[in-house]
Amino acid sequence: MSSPAATRTASAAPRIYGPGRPVEPVPVTGSESIIRSLEALGVTDVFGIPGGAILPTYDPLMDSAEVNHILVRHEQGAGHAAQGYAMATGEVGVCFATSGPGATNLVTPLADAHMDSVPMVAITGQVNAQVIGTDAFQEADIVGITTPITKHSYLVTDADEIPRVMAEAFHLASTGRPGPVLVDVTKSAQNARTTFSWPPKVDLPGYRPVTRGHAKQVREAAKLIGESRRPVFYVGGGLVKAGAFDEFRRLAETVGAPVVTTLMARGAFPDSHELNIGMPGMHGTVAAVAAMQRSDLLITLGARFDDRVTGQLDTFAPGARVIHADVDPAEIGKNRRADVPIVGSLKEVVPELTAAVEDRTARHGRPDLDPWMSQIRRFQTTYPLGYTPPEDGGMAPQKVIERISDAAGPEAVYAAGVGQHQMWAAQFVKYERPRQWLNSGGLGTMGYAVPAAMGAQVAAPERTVWAIDGDGCFQMTNQELATCAINGIPIKVAVINNSSLGMVRQWQTLFYDSRYSHTHLNTALTPDGADVVRIPDFVALAEAYGCVGLRCERDEDLDDVIAQAMAVTDRPVVVDFVVSRDSMVWPMVPAGVSNSDIQVAHNIKPEWDDEEAPDEHQ
Amino acid sequence: MSTSDPTRLSRRHTLSVLVEDVPGVLSRVSGMFSRRAFNIDSLAVGPSEIPGLSRITVVVDADEVLLEQITKQLNKLINVIKIIELAPDGAVERDHLLIKVRADSTMRLQVTQAVDLFRAKIVDVSVDSLTVEATGAQDKLNALLEVLEPYGIKEIVRSGTLAISRGSKSMTERALRQ
Repeated sequence: MSSPAATRTASAAPRIYGPGRPVEPVPVTGSESIIRSLEALGVTDVFGIPGGAILPTYDPLMDSAEVNHILVRHEQGAGHAAQGYAMATGEVGVCFATSGPGATNLVTPLADAHMDSVPMVAITGQVNAQVIGTDAFQEADIVGITTPITKHSYLVTDADEIPRVMAEAFHLASTGRPGPVLVDVTKSAQNARTTFSWPPKVDLPGYRPVTRGHAKQVREAAKLIGESRRPVFYVGGGLVKAGAFDEFRRLAETVGAPVVTTLMARGAFPDSHELNIGMPGMHGTVAAVAAMQRSDLLITLGARFDDRVTGQLDTFAPGARVIHADVDPAEIGKNRRADVPIVGSLKEVVPELTAAVEDRTARHGRPDLDPWMSQIRRFQTTYPLGYTPPEDGGMAPQKVIERISDAAGPEAVYAAGVGQHQMWAAQFVKYERPRQWLNSGGLGTMGYAVPAAMGAQVAAPERTVWAIDGDGCFQMTNQELATCAINGIPIKVAVINNSSLGMVRQWQTLFYDSRYSHTHLNTALTPDGADVVRIPDFVALAEAYGCVGLRCERDEDLDDVIAQAMAVTDRPVVVDFVVSRDSMVWPMVPAGVSNSDIQVAHNIKPEWDDEEAPDEHQ
Repeated sequence: MSTSDPTRLSRRHTLSVLVEDVPGVLSRVSGMFSRRAFNIDSLAVGPSEIPGLSRITVVVDADEVLLEQITKQLNKLINVIKIIELAPDGAVERDHLLIKVRADSTMRLQVTQAVDLFRAKIVDVSVDSLTVEATGAQDKLNALLEVLEPYGIKEIVRSGTLAISRGSKSMTERALRQ
C-alpha cells in the first residue's frame, strides 16, 4: 500500500532462536523430534500436563537432561506460568497440553498473551490425523478456536515438519511484535518415524518485521520535538518488549520531557526519575492525565492508545500532535491519527530519534520546557497519589502494598491479578527496573497472578517474587500452590482480602447506587459486615497446600507479618491481608468520559489553576 | 493517507491478496475480517500462476482510514505475502453469473434476444427454462438481471469479483522481487 506506515521492508532471513548447535541427521520419532527441537532452541523449562494425545511426547521428555518440565494442576496455570516466565526474562515461555479440554484450557492464557504481546509457544497434542473431523474422543479444533487469539498457529500431521515448525514458531513468537504461537501436533505425527537435524530450513515469505525506522520520519519527529513546548513521552509495553530501557532513558533526558508509563510499561523508566510523572489513564496520576490533556505533542513509543488510557477518544489530548513509533504498523492510526508514524523496533528507533534530536538541538538549540515542567510539578504537588485511612477502621489496602514494596524492593518481581489490587499495585509499588512488574493488562484475566508469579520464580530463582492478588482472583487459580510447594518454587502471595470482587463493588458503589449484586465473597466478612466468615480460610488453605499461611488484620502487625513472609525462603507463603471493603481506587476517570473529567476522589475534581485547561482546545 | 477523491466511489475498494496455499489460510483471512468487524462485499479465491501461492480478490466497503487498517491487519497474517489495491481505472474487474430464467416456448425468443444484447450465453435449455451464463463488470450483470427479472428468475449463482491490473506487470513478479 502507498502509505509509509504500511510499507514493508525486507530484513535478513529468519534467525533460528536459541544457541543454534548443529545436529547431524538422526532417526527419531516425531515425539523425540519435538524434544530435540526444544533442546536445540535452548528451552530449559516448560509447564504442562500430560494426557492421551500428548502422551508420546511425554515419554522422551522424561529422559531430557536439558528440558525441565513442571507439572501444573490446570492447563491455564501452565499458560500463565509460561507468560510469567516470558515477562520476567524476555525469553519465549513454553507450555504443553493434551488435545480437547487440555488445549481449550489454554485459550485464556493465549488470548492474554496475544493482547499483551507476550512471546509464548504452546504445544498441544491432537488426535490421530486419520480421525480428525470425526468428533473423536478429546478432539477439538484448537487451531480454529485460537486463530483470532494467536500470532500464528500450526497443525502438524507430518513428523518431518516438526523441526521447521518449531523453529518458525519460536521465531514468530519472539520477533517483531511478540505474541503466542500454537503448535498442534497429531498423535500419529508424534508416533511416526522421522529424521531430526538442526538447524532446519525456515521459510516465512509473508513475515518481514520492520526494524529500522524510516530516516525521514525520524527527522520529522525530531523537528516536532524541537518545536513542542508541552511534549509528553507516552511509553507503553512495547518498550519493555524491545528492551530499549537505556536507550529510552537517554532520549528522555536529551529531550527533558515528562514521561508517563502505561500499566504495561511500569518499570520501563524508573519511578524515582524526576521526569517520570506516573501512570496515565483511568486510574493514572492527576499529573500524567492532566499533562497528556494539555500536551501539544505525544511522543508515543510502543503504546496503543487503549481505551483505558485515552478515556473518551475524541476528547483525548485534544491539542496534541502525535508521533507514534511501534513495531506493529497496524497499531499506528488504529485509534488515534498519527502525525508522524514510525514503524520499527524501538531498540533501533529510539537511538535514531535521540541522534536526530541531538543533531537538531546542535543547530537550533533546545526548547525551553521549564514553564511546562513547573506546571506539571504543580499538578504533582497538589494531587500526589495517596489514600485516606478507611472509615471503618480496617487496614488500607494501599498501605499493605506500599509496605510490601518497601520490604521487598525493586529487585523483587511483582505479579498482580486484575481489579483494585492490581491498580493499587501499579500505583503504590515502586518500580525501578523493567520486568519488575507482571500483570494482565489488555485481557484483564482474573487469576493471572499466582501462576504468572510461579513462572517468574522458575525463570528467576534468585529473586523474591510477590503475587499481589485479590480474594476473588486468588480463588480462580490457587491450585498452582500445589505445584509451587512440590517443586520448591517459593513464591509469596499477598491476598488483598476485602471479602468482595472489589473493583466491581467499586463500580456498584459509584454507578449502581451501592446495590451490591453478587460481589460479596464471604472470605473475611458476612455480606452485612457484622460477622467474620472465612470461606475459604486462606491460612488453612495455604497450609493444606504445604505452604506457610499467615494472616494480618491490623496496621500494627503489618510490618511484622511482612517480615515473617520475607523470612520464608524454602516454601511458598500466603498472607491473608484482611483490608477494608470500602477502599476505592483513586484517581478515576469513569468509563466513556473525557480524561479532563478525572476525579481525585468520589465526585471531587481537581481545581485546575492553569490557563491551559484542555476544554479550551476543544 | 491522502484524502479521497470525492468523484469516485470512495468506499468500494478491490484488494488482491497473494497468500501461501496452506490449509486454513482462507479461514484466517475471512476470520480476521469478521473478528474486526470489517465488511466484505465479495471474496474470490483460486490458484495463482506460481505453484504454492493462491490469490484472493476481496472487495471491501471502507473509507480510507479503515482501508489502511484492513491492509495492515491483513499484512500481519503470516501466510499473506502481498496486498495491492486495484484502482478501478487501472484494472479489469469481472463477475461471473449463472441464471436460471423462466422461458417456455412463447417467451424463449424474447429471452434469447435479451441475452444476445448482453453478449451472454445460453448454456442449458429445458421445456420451461433457460440457463444463462454471463461475465462482466458488476453494473453490466446487474443490468442483465434487471432485464431478465420480468420473465421470472428461478435461480442465481454469482461469483465474487475477480480483478487483474492492466498492463504487462504481474503482482507476483513484484511480490517475489522483494
